[in-house]
Amino acid sequence: MSSHAAPAHCTPSITPGRTVKAWWQAAPFTLVFVLFFLLPLGLILMVSFWNFNEYELIPGFTFKNYFSIFEGCTQLTDNGDICVTLKTYISTLKFCLLVWGITLLLGFSVAYFLAFHVRSPGMQTALFVLCTVPFWTSNVIRMISWVPLLGRNGLVNQGLVGVGVVNQPVEWLLFSDFSVVLAFVHLYTMFMIVPIFNSMMRIDRSLLEAASDIGATGWQTLWNVIVPLSRTGIIIGSIFVITIVMGDFVTIGVMGGQQIASIGKIIQVQTSYLQFPLAAANAVILLAVVLMIIWGLTRLVDLRREL
Amino acid sequence: MSARNSDPRAPGFWPLAIVFALFVLFLYGPMITIFILSFQGPEGGLTFPLRGVSLHWFRKLAEGLGTVDIGAAFRRSLLLGGVVMAFTVVLSVLAGLAFRKKLAGGNALFFITVASLIMPSIIVSLGIGLQFRLLDNGIKAALTAMDATTTLENYGTALGLMTSALGAHLTWTLPFGLLIMFAVFNRFNPAYEEAARDLGATPWQSFRHVVLPLIGPSVVGIGMFGFTLSWDEIARTSQAIGDVNTLPLELQGLTSTVTTPAIYALGTVTTVVSFAVMGVAIGLAVLLGRRQKP
Repeated sequence: MSSHAAPAHCTPSITPGRTVKAWWQAAPFTLVFVLFFLLPLGLILMVSFWNFNEYELIPGFTFKNYFSIFEGCTQLTDNGDICVTLKTYISTLKFCLLVWGITLLLGFSVAYFLAFHVRSPGMQTALFVLCTVPFWTSNVIRMISWVPLLGRNGLVNQGLVGVGVVNQPVEWLLFSDFSVVLAFVHLYTMFMIVPIFNSMMRIDRSLLEAASDIGATGWQTLWNVIVPLSRTGIIIGSIFVITIVMGDFVTIGVMGGQQIASIGKIIQVQTSYLQFPLAAANAVILLAVVLMIIWGLTRLVDLRREL
Repeated sequence: MSARNSDPRAPGFWPLAIVFALFVLFLYGPMITIFILSFQGPEGGLTFPLRGVSLHWFRKLAEGLGTVDIGAAFRRSLLLGGVVMAFTVVLSVLAGLAFRKKLAGGNALFFITVASLIMPSIIVSLGIGLQFRLLDNGIKAALTAMDATTTLENYGTALGLMTSALGAHLTWTLPFGLLIMFAVFNRFNPAYEEAARDLGATPWQSFRHVVLPLIGPSVVGIGMFGFTLSWDEIARTSQAIGDVNTLPLELQGLTSTVTTPAIYALGTVTTVVSFAVMGVAIGLAVLLGRRQKP
């Protein structure tokens, strides 16, 4: 990554005529996000306050949808259970936490190996590309590719039975919480590796030598130098993984055998029954939860120190 | 660094190397498994052992799986991927150029782009689906008001491959395109353009003959992102597509109904398309990169 020393003088591009042209160049790009991102989000917020019946949406302003989502959540049910919405959020957050922890540990280790232990830049690039190539292939295919391994008669069970660890095939390998977490890690560790690797490559190597010169052990250097300096990458990766898992319905659907609930799945089902106001209210709540998590994470990065 | 090359490996190298190797095995192992199993013999099942080697399941796939017309879905996805690729390249490059200049509201636009990237896909999908249904209601109301009964009867929905689905895909591919353009222009030396301008080149000439050849390989990369991300996209498309389905959506539906290796054959075919696009993109990028050097 050679950085050209850009000559530090003013380009004559900051003239009124040019500014107008810049806007024209950005206009089509902006238009896409106005039409297909901002407007839909605004409509979700609006419709979450609407009424509806079996066949139509009825404009209005009511908190009915929000109330119905949290119906019965103020107290335990007769069986001592919590309401469905909270239960689903807790289940989704549990997946989130597990997947986040595993992808962070795994992604950090892989990035650390690539950045600090692989010495030739050519090898570094090659191994990095090796880690990212699967990202460009189909997620569903990558999910179902676990079936011949984890299924009832899959390779893992054949091996376990063959070695005699278990007498009969293990059932919880596929279409279970386990397989959902496994698939998430399989699919999304890449989102941790890339930003963390990027942060690590910006660390000045002389800092590591300085640390070792003043007698820091490997672990001390790792914890007190590398981890803090990789923080931006860690936060970016975490935001990616957490937002993906919080809104997921495809992975949980396919790998959970369509038996495990998630917020994304609730929204998907409500949309397919054309209960748009309910789905919209759920989406607003999901978005609020995700934004709170992101806000909490960004608090961890001291922006002034990054500048 | 070179002085260190003769040093023994740093402590921690071997454990980490093993973690890395296992991770790569974890990434590729399952994919290779279904690649092998897609050549399962006619009597074979979803798991090992292989009962002969044949193209039987690819033939079954070509005949169609149940009621699903795989060929049509394949062509739809290919078409959509191509269009998304073209839009992603053109719009990202234009926006990248705009961001190099003084762009009023540039920060807001960047923020929105990043927000779109990390927004849970189901929310984007729901929003676009909702938007087009409200549009349908509006159009139908307008047609009724205008008494255009025949048009009204023929009107289905505004949801579709080249409307809502295209928009949904662009909210996912364009952020990647813009981020790549940022990375490119951060390392771009403006002296070449200034030289072109000093020699009397018009802005278009300096873009066409100076900037574009220099950023060519990255532009190819943006195209590859555009196509492959669209080719595999499910979550954002799911509520925003209407009556027809793209290949990944059909595939997702098939996972619960098809219990033969034909689904692995389909997996092999889509993966081959992804790899072919990557191969073409890398080849093209290398070619363009080589042309830069006299």
